[in-house]
Amino acid sequence: MQAHNSTAPAASPAIHPEQQYQAFLAQGKFMLLRARASGRYIFYPRVAEPLTGDTDLEWVAASGRGQVYSVTVVRTRPPEQDYTVALIDLQAGPRMLSRAEGIAPADVRIGMQVQAKVVQQDEQPLLVFEPVTA
Amino acid sequence: MEQDGMDKFPRATTAIVGSATYGMGQAPGLGSMDIAVHASVQALAQAGLTPRDVDGVFVALPDDFLSGLSLSEYLGITPRISDNNRTGGSSFQTYVLMAALALASGQCNVALIAYGSNQRSGAGKLVSGMKASPYEAPYKPMRPISAYALAAARHMHEFGTRKEQLGAVALAARQWAQLNPDAVMRDPLTMDDYLGARMISDPFGVRDCCLLTDGGAAIVMVRADRAKDLVRKPVYVLGAAESTDHLAISSMPDLTTTAAALSGPRAFAQAGVKPSDIDVVQVYDAFTINTILFLEDLGFCKKGEGGAFVEGGRIAPGGSLPVNTNGGGLSCVHPGMYGLFTLVEATRQLSGTAGERQVAGARLAVAHGNGGELSHQATVILGTEETV
Repeated sequence: MQAHNSTAPAASPAIHPEQQYQAFLAQGKFMLLRARASGRYIFYPRVAEPLTGDTDLEWVAASGRGQVYSVTVVRTRPPEQDYTVALIDLQAGPRMLSRAEGIAPADVRIGMQVQAKVVQQDEQPLLVFEPVTA
Repeated sequence: MEQDGMDKFPRATTAIVGSATYGMGQAPGLGSMDIAVHASVQALAQAGLTPRDVDGVFVALPDDFLSGLSLSEYLGITPRISDNNRTGGSSFQTYVLMAALALASGQCNVALIAYGSNQRSGAGKLVSGMKASPYEAPYKPMRPISAYALAAARHMHEFGTRKEQLGAVALAARQWAQLNPDAVMRDPLTMDDYLGARMISDPFGVRDCCLLTDGGAAIVMVRADRAKDLVRKPVYVLGAAESTDHLAISSMPDLTTTAAALSGPRAFAQAGVKPSDIDVVQVYDAFTINTILFLEDLGFCKKGEGGAFVEGGRIAPGGSLPVNTNGGGLSCVHPGMYGLFTLVEATRQLSGTAGERQVAGARLAVAHGNGGELSHQATVILGTEETV
C-alpha cells in the first residue's frame, strides 16, 4: 500500500461537485472545474475528468461567453409564459443546458452569441444566458 | 468510440419462435406485470411452450426495478439466467443480444423477453426512470420531448430539414396504422392536420410525439437447431449490437448523429448484409425526428438527407422502403418503452403474419431501439430461413 501512496499525485483540495458549484453560484460566481494536467474544462461538475479519470481538479472562474447550439420553445398555457430551453456551447469548451433571457423566446437563434448571468429563481441562484449585443 | 473487428456474434444460432402483444391502447384493471404475462403466455403458446419451459428471463417494467425477480415469481419458475438491464426503451434489443449469447453458450435453453405497462390507465403519464439533474431541472425542460426537439432544431439548422418532412414521418406512420387493427390511432391524418396540431416544444407539435398508451409484448427465443421443431417459420437473429454515448441530451456529442451510427454498422457486419438488402425497417419513433435520424445513421440514406428521403411516401404503404409497418410509436402504441414492439412487428413481417400490412416476400428486417434522450441505441437484424 505504501508503494501506491508514494506514487499518488499531490492531494488537491477536496472537490464536492454540486455543493461547491451551487455555493459559488450563490455568491454570483459562475465557476467551472478544470483538470490541472490537461487544462480541459468540465461541466457538469464531477470528481474525475472524463476519460482520463484525473482527480486533480480546480475551480476556475468562467467567462460565461457562449453560443446557442440548439434551442426549443416550451409552449405553455396562459397565463404562464412560453420559455426557451437551450443548449449553450461555452467558449471554455463544455456544453450546458440553460435558458435564454432578455429576448423573446421565438427570436432565439442557433449560433447566437450569449453571455451568462446569475439570476434568482424560486429563491435559488440560477445561470441563464442573454444575447450579446455587438 | 472506436470500433474493433472482434465482434463474434453467434449469427443465426438463435431464433424467435413466439411473439405477441397484449392490451394495446388501454388495459384497465390490469397491472404492468399482468399485461406482460398475458403477452408472455401467448408468445410461449405459439411455440407449444409454457412458463415451465422458460429458463432465461429478460424483462423491464416501467415501475419495477426488480422485475426479473417479479416475473419469475409470478410465473413460478426458477430461471438459470436473468437480465434486467435498463437502457430505456431499447432495453429489449439488449435482451435479444444477451439472450442470443446466453442461448449460444448453453446458459439457458428458452429465453423469454417481456414488457408490460399500464401507464395510461395507471399513472396517466410517462413513467420514467431518468433522475432529475440538479443542473438542468430548474430550467424546466419538458423531458423527454424538449430533448428530442433540440435534436430536431439542430437537424433543421444544419441540413435545412423542414417541418413538412417531419410531417411526412407522422403521416406514413398513420397510414400504416390504418392497416393494423391493433393500432390505437387509425383516423386519417393530413398534412394540414399535422401542421395545425397544437405546438408543444418547437419544432414539435402533438403529432410529432408518440402516443401514451398501455400495452405489453413478449418474444421467445431458442437455439436455431430446436426452432424448426417448434414452429413452421422461425425468425433468425442475424446480428445485434448496442452503443451508449450519453444520458442527458446536453452531453450528446453531436445532436444530429446518434450512436445508431455505431450499433448499426456492427449489427450489419455481424449479419453479413447491407442496408440495401433490408426489406422492412422498424425504428423506435418516439418522435418524428427519430425516424429521420435512424434512417440516416443506420445507412439507409446519407447524413442530412433523411428529411428528403422520407418525403413522397417512400416509407409509407406502397413506398420503396416500408418503415414502422405497425404504425410505430407515433400511431400504433407507446406504453413508455417501445423497443420490444419493433421486434414483435419485425417478427410478424418475417413470419408472414402481418395481415393487411404484410410486406410481400419480406426476408430481412431491422428492429432498432432507442433509449433515454437518443442516449442508447441498439440494432437487431432478423431474417427468414433463406437468409441463414
